[in-house]
Amino acid sequence: MARLPDRALKYGLTALAALILALIVYFFIRLVGEARPAFAKAGVFGFTFDNDWNVNAERFGALPLVVGTLVTSGLALLIGVPVAVATAIYATELCPLRVRAPLTVLVELLAAVPSVVYGLWGIFFLAPKLQGAEQWVADRLSSIPFIGGGAVTIPNYFITGLVLAIMILPIVSAISREVMSTVPADHKEAALGLGATRWEMIRIAVLPYCRSGIVGGAMLGLGRAIGETIAVTILIGDAPQLGRHLFGQGYSLAAVIANEFGEAQGLHRSALFAAGLVLFVLTLLVNGVARMLVLRASRGRRPRAGSDRAAGGGQLISETVAGA
Amino acid sequence: MSAPSPTADQMARFAVSPARKRKDRIARATIFAGTVIALVPLVLIVYYLLRKGLGSWSGSFFSTDPTGNTFFKGSSIGGIKSAILGTVEIVALASAIAIPIGIGVAVWLVEYGRNSWFASTVRFFVDVLTGVPSIVFGLFVYIVLVVGTGSSYAGYKGSFALALLMLPVVIRSAEVILLLVPAALRESALALGAPRWRVIFSIVLPTALPGMVTGVLLAIARAAGETAPLLFTAAATLKTNFNLGQFMNSLPVQIYSDVTSPTTAVVNRAWGAALTLVVMILLLNLIARLISRRSRLA
Repeated sequence: MARLPDRALKYGLTALAALILALIVYFFIRLVGEARPAFAKAGVFGFTFDNDWNVNAERFGALPLVVGTLVTSGLALLIGVPVAVATAIYATELCPLRVRAPLTVLVELLAAVPSVVYGLWGIFFLAPKLQGAEQWVADRLSSIPFIGGGAVTIPNYFITGLVLAIMILPIVSAISREVMSTVPADHKEAALGLGATRWEMIRIAVLPYCRSGIVGGAMLGLGRAIGETIAVTILIGDAPQLGRHLFGQGYSLAAVIANEFGEAQGLHRSALFAAGLVLFVLTLLVNGVARMLVLRASRGRRPRAGSDRAAGGGQLISETVAGA
Repeated sequence: MSAPSPTADQMARFAVSPARKRKDRIARATIFAGTVIALVPLVLIVYYLLRKGLGSWSGSFFSTDPTGNTFFKGSSIGGIKSAILGTVEIVALASAIAIPIGIGVAVWLVEYGRNSWFASTVRFFVDVLTGVPSIVFGLFVYIVLVVGTGSSYAGYKGSFALALLMLPVVIRSAEVILLLVPAALRESALALGAPRWRVIFSIVLPTALPGMVTGVLLAIARAAGETAPLLFTAAATLKTNFNLGQFMNSLPVQIYSDVTSPTTAVVNRAWGAALTLVVMILLLNLIARLISRRSRLA
């Protein structure tokens, strides 16, 4: 008699799990369907790489958007990852034990600030304060194409990248910290025992062990930065052409949807769905690679004691210490 | 017996050379500087939120709707009452959708699916959901519930978009906690003759409850701050509204539309609303942390 509710629960829950799969597949198919008119007009390649986003002429080439997305999220990685990794190293290897927990909480607080608040803060505080400094840098680097020269506008690629860097800091730092805490104490003690200084221990025992995990964390951060919408819409300037230089205005895939979707009709709307699809596929790729790397790093790949690899590793450590 | 000079040489081989010492000090200082740099934005954001936000807080700020009147000097621009209530309503419905489904899927993954290929597929798709940009969730819901039904924006459509966003967070955090429930507890209940469903409802879920609350609260906190999925699902409006079938205001959307205003008073309202939103989210985070500290499992 107790069989019936048991079976009902089992099949009910299985159906729920299947529902999630069905939902995602259904969404994807519908999104492709809505995007088709835009792709049909210019071709998938043409839509993604034509440098011409002109709503009035109904010409939709998304290159300025793709470039904006890639430039700003690339900048976010360039600025955010070193800082995040430094924070993680400091928290796991260098800081006094009493400081560790509060430091972790503080960095994670950055993740609690909503995207729209980052946008508000960026456009009314950070961008005006940094405009002078940006202009100075732009003047110094005026000989380098795409980077310097020209007038600095308040909303621009650089400021967007900088705010994105702050936004991805907590996740990159959290994953790096997690991976660093899996480094076996043996490895670290071996390095210290051979006379390595703290930094040498970090460089030869901790960092090589965590490399793929840190890269994976950075890729997850990249996925976040690519998909980030509201802060970017506020900060990038929403100009539908390629910015002349790093301190000029531009556009991004996510921002174009947030900004134009409300009034879009017909082919324009289809083009925005297509932009959403490109964004979706881009984040899928980045996140897929990221998860693989993080998974590989967190799964036990430590060499077994007494194996050739362990012996080789030991030798390598001593050589590096001697060479330093 | 031996001459003193070779011993000194031998000792010198073990000493850390000044160059290495210097390198160590520089590297440590760089790492410390990086950590300080990471904390600077947090301080600046908190400082400006408090300075600008507290200035616009007042009794009427919380008790009046925005008027939409921003051009004429002397007329009131109103407060953020409809935005606060809208956020609460939309997020409450989103939680009512996402929490039961999310926990149900997590229970299935741990108790039934385990390591089958189907369970791995579900896990993979949940991970896919985690990475989907929030604006794309807005597009999904727009296609299905706005284009699909031929009706306009509504509060409940925003709730669906936020629920999609919360689902992966709820599933993953609940799964982690359910895995921590000791197998011995399940086995003893089964050995006493309890059917599987009773084991799940009377043993597994109550044991995991405090830990799951933490994950759920973090998911709610994440959803409450999202703007992008609400733009073309719940839209924005001025009036307070208790009908989830109509346009509904929310704090993030209110802030977003105020940011673009040229009027200083409206921008100040955005700061006040931002402080309100951050305080709400921080409270949820704080409660989540306190509960997780008390939980026996985590």
